[in-house]
Amino acid sequence: MNTVVAKLQRQFQDYLVSLYQQGFLDNQFTELRKLQDEGTPDFVAEVVSLFFDDCSKLINSMSRSLERPENVDFKQVDSGVHQLKGSSSSVGARRVKNVCISFKECCDVQNREGCLRCLQQVDYEYKMLKTKLQDLFNLEKQIVQAGGAIPQVNIN
Amino acid sequence: MALGDLSSSSSSTSELHVLAVDDSIVDRKVIERLLRISACKVTTVESGTRALQYLGLDGDKGSSGLKDLKVNLIVTDYSMPGLTGYELLKKIKESSAFREIPVVIMSSENIQPRIEQCMTEGAEDFLLKPVKLADVKRLKELIMRGGEAEQEKTSNLISPKRILQNNIFFFIIFFIITITIIFIV
Repeated sequence: MNTVVAKLQRQFQDYLVSLYQQGFLDNQFTELRKLQDEGTPDFVAEVVSLFFDDCSKLINSMSRSLERPENVDFKQVDSGVHQLKGSSSSVGARRVKNVCISFKECCDVQNREGCLRCLQQVDYEYKMLKTKLQDLFNLEKQIVQAGGAIPQVNIN
Repeated sequence: MALGDLSSSSSSTSELHVLAVDDSIVDRKVIERLLRISACKVTTVESGTRALQYLGLDGDKGSSGLKDLKVNLIVTDYSMPGLTGYELLKKIKESSAFREIPVVIMSSENIQPRIEQCMTEGAEDFLLKPVKLADVKRLKELIMRGGEAEQEKTSNLISPKRILQNNIFFFIIFFIITITIIFIV
């Protein structure tokens, strides 16, 4: 029994560390994990779920704004990017945040093509992160079901 | 009335009631948790307008009965649609009922003139997003210490030091008058 838990815990640890190393997550995700305890075991999952809903909503509205080349509402797109950058920063979604930085630059110079590319990229990144975190949360569930505790992982 | 007594006694306990204002649902969830984990009571609202409504400052007298607990601290995002955090800060500082409540501004952008503008308008502090646990802990200590300092100020009004300070003034005047008289004579 113990070795099953230990193995899962090791798997969890390695996977989490790899997400940081590959740049998917940054220190703010660590900060969020600090806020989770036995009383609130789903806190991080809930926050990121809200974040992914936000992403979907914002990407859809920005896509509509960028649709017609002769009538792009860059102000609306800029507002969307600002919100996306803010929430990605709050959850530690590093890659998404970085795309937002480039996205803002395209917006500032009213580069529609650039904006469309960034939009596509941000869509890809958030969906990728969603999949990765789903795997992470599944590992967490398995550890808890096997009677183990979620390891504290130190990211250097 | 009993309810009135309740609200005044809860403000003297060590638990702060914080009103958090942010248009981002993600940030609201995070700040709420940060504050709860720091032993604060939290009410979150999504806009400056809602914040004013909650406080009863929106001119609609009927809504002031809605809040059941005195607010000890307001934490607000700067960039919000409608009323910005800065405009909310101004409205609060203009109100005689609420100007004593410390207001903290949060922003994802580190713009010095913006920070100065808020501090000049009376903001207690400026937090750079993303907000961390250490920021909230530090903030809470600042606010609690501010409350203690207020209590100390009023209790020192009648202290030996004060009496001496007041009397030294009179001694000096008396001395000057004496010297002047001696000179005249």
